[in-house]
Amino acid sequence: MVNKKAIKKHREPPFHVVKRDDMPWWGAWGIRVATIIAAFLLVGLLSMALSGRSLFETYGIMFSGVFGRIFEGRTMMLWKYLQEIAILLALALALTPAFKMKFWNCGAEGQALMGGLASIICMIELGPKLPYPVLIIVIAVTSIVAGAIWGVIPAIFKAVFNTNETLFTLMMNYIATQIIAYYVYIKGGGSNVINPVEYGNFPAVGSNDYFVNIILVAVITIVMFVYLKYSKQGYEISVVGESQNTARYIGINVKKVIVRTMVISGALCGVTGMLLVAGKDHSINVNSVGGQGFTAILMSWLGQFNPFIMAVMTALVVFLRIGVAKVADTALLNSSFSEIMVGVVILMLVGCEFFINYSFKFKHNKKEAKV
Amino acid sequence: MDRQPAIELKNITKRFGKVVANKDVNLTAYRGEILSILGENGSGKTTLMNMISGIYFPDEGQIFIDEKEAVITSPKDAFSYKIGMIHQHFKLVDVFSATENIVLGLEDGKYNLKTSTEEIKKISAQYGFDLDVDKKIYTMSVSEKQTVEIIKVLYRGADILILDEPTAVLTPQETEKLFNILRRMRDDGKCIIIITHKLHEVLSLSDRVSVLRKGEYVGTVNTAETTESELTEMMVGKKIELNIERDEPKNTEDRLVVNGLTCVDRMGATVLDDVSFTAKSGEILGIAGIAGSGQRELLESIAGLQHLAKGEILYLNPKTNAIENLRDKTPMQIRNMGVRLSFVPEDRLGMGLVGNMDIVDNMMLRSYSKGHSVFLKRKKPKDLAMRIIRDLEVVTPSASTPVRRLSGGNVQKVLVGREIAASPTVLMVAYPVRGLDINSSYMIYNLLNEQKAKGVAVIFVGEDLDVLVELCDRIMVIGSGRITGVVDGRTTTKEEIGLLMTKSKQEGENANG
Repeated sequence: MVNKKAIKKHREPPFHVVKRDDMPWWGAWGIRVATIIAAFLLVGLLSMALSGRSLFETYGIMFSGVFGRIFEGRTMMLWKYLQEIAILLALALALTPAFKMKFWNCGAEGQALMGGLASIICMIELGPKLPYPVLIIVIAVTSIVAGAIWGVIPAIFKAVFNTNETLFTLMMNYIATQIIAYYVYIKGGGSNVINPVEYGNFPAVGSNDYFVNIILVAVITIVMFVYLKYSKQGYEISVVGESQNTARYIGINVKKVIVRTMVISGALCGVTGMLLVAGKDHSINVNSVGGQGFTAILMSWLGQFNPFIMAVMTALVVFLRIGVAKVADTALLNSSFSEIMVGVVILMLVGCEFFINYSFKFKHNKKEAKV
Repeated sequence: MDRQPAIELKNITKRFGKVVANKDVNLTAYRGEILSILGENGSGKTTLMNMISGIYFPDEGQIFIDEKEAVITSPKDAFSYKIGMIHQHFKLVDVFSATENIVLGLEDGKYNLKTSTEEIKKISAQYGFDLDVDKKIYTMSVSEKQTVEIIKVLYRGADILILDEPTAVLTPQETEKLFNILRRMRDDGKCIIIITHKLHEVLSLSDRVSVLRKGEYVGTVNTAETTESELTEMMVGKKIELNIERDEPKNTEDRLVVNGLTCVDRMGATVLDDVSFTAKSGEILGIAGIAGSGQRELLESIAGLQHLAKGEILYLNPKTNAIENLRDKTPMQIRNMGVRLSFVPEDRLGMGLVGNMDIVDNMMLRSYSKGHSVFLKRKKPKDLAMRIIRDLEVVTPSASTPVRRLSGGNVQKVLVGREIAASPTVLMVAYPVRGLDINSSYMIYNLLNEQKAKGVAVIFVGEDLDVLVELCDRIMVIGSGRITGVVDGRTTTKEEIGLLMTKSKQEGENANG
């Protein structure tokens, strides 16, 4: 019964990991900025190695790929860049209240698709019949409602039956995708493509088609910041997220908050679907959201649930996505190269948080015993 | 003297981030003795013992076992040095029997319950344990579970035993039984180390006492040559008075009348069984009982957090003289009815406060919903936070520090401060001094006495019978969800309460048997 194994000579571990609580804010941001610089360098070096161009040239292509000939006064590429940021940021913002409540909404993809579906139906069916302002209002309302419904279904099941919201919202994505596929099939005839609809498009401001989208998302960013930080509902979301027991203790109706917050989250996803359909593509297909609903999960986390940091992080990731795609394009590399690079950078950004929260102790300093 | 050192610590240091949990600790424990490690919460007792039992690894310093240097990197290493630790929270498989739990995880190749059972019975008889080896864990009392844990380490051949606050969950009678067993083990030549912060236990049980203060080793004294006040001084670093005031209750009137409260948990077990009592204004009503006897459910029922099967909770409003039934009301409804009920729950950071929020936002928990504005008003909560920090001497870098960063005592001051600031007529507190140092504990007792003087009906759920007997006007004893007696705090004894604590359980067992 006694462990009779001879006591082997134990070796000291070479290092151990220690939790740290003392990282000052500038240290934390120093590490993050250094990580971003290192990530850019890594992306540049890899692109250089694969494309055979110099590092300087590579960055040049990236920059011109994103901003175009901006120094010659051509801003078209810049607007496109901002538009891409707007869509991804809008989805990230939509997820943030749910995440703050620790409700892991993985269904931004489906919720946005349903919002987009509502838009395209209105544009096709009501477009010729309604005056333009009324049509826009109808599009907005139906998209918001469609997204909200897609978001609130898992929330109700969570509140009443305590189902797992991650799986539920993921499954809802597949349903949404199939509904879109079916709709495209009946409307697109044999071609499986819906031609751009001319009704219910957002107005261009000047020569810029995306101006409305960009402004709307900028407004949503500010409103979301204020909502989370200064409103009573935002406070309730934080309390429910941190501790449902505390929420119950002070009399917050936890179920109500879960449902309400997911209505907001789903509605904002629906808005994003509308921006995609009425503000950008004027059409829809199963790839309209294109996986951005999942990238948005990472953006919300990288932004630490702060809308403004989220905007910066989104700008960075979209820059890489477009820039590296351009590099890959000009070097005849596979288009997946851009996706891989974005993945590497996000991984680095997430990984650097480890070094902010933990430190390594390498050597075991032995103090000789005082006799 | 030819005593044999079993374990020696030399210059042990352990840091967690900025916090130094142990600093240059030197300690020796001999075979055939009981050594108490005494210190307030947060003084590093448990961290130190965790390093001996292989849960943590020291940053600096050495450990010697039998005068040979030892490197302990895992609990398995600790076992190979014959060190066994009995933790505060038991690590047993509920659906297994005592024997199965004891042999669980042993890697000696032979799994033979019959011979193991014989072995276990031999150990039980040798030290005087009282254990039914075939009993399943989930049917056991806390004390029986502890017995299983102790036999588990003995079965593995441990001869250095570390017990982390073993008496926290026991009645006075069970404690005495445990102490007798520990004494027998000592006489058998084992080295027993017991972590505690209860002075009278130290004095009655141990041979020597080592005192830690804020992670540093203060000194070791022989128990026979020391006194309670000397030990306190070593623990706290200064002389303090250990008397709790108790004024006669004035102008008492019924405030809260509970009738026939019955509460069934999700598994269908009755956790509160026909509980009736009255809390009066201007007095402190103590509630004593073994942990988990229904205290939490009782307070939560009153606060509107439990679904009741039967019974009523009547609140006699002192302003309007109206009688209101709080049954089936949510906390929000209770507040809106004008019932000024404050509640300091047992789980401070998990229920009373939000750990990641700062002091100001935690102040808002009670009051944020007031008014029609969509937005929060942080001005008043901020003033309140500043006032509590000043009046209750909360040690914090600022009012915008997340409360989880504060020490246990300061967390409790923030919580109690907020609940008292609501000027309650009924104040319920659950284990308000658990984990607090002596100074903070006395501050809490004084606050409760102040509330009593103001005419508040105070309900105090406590675990330290010494404190209950000194502080409370009346003490209600709860056992397995039933009230087993109400005694006068001024005339009762710990032993009387101890007997009442186990009363209903014995009755239950007799009925079953």
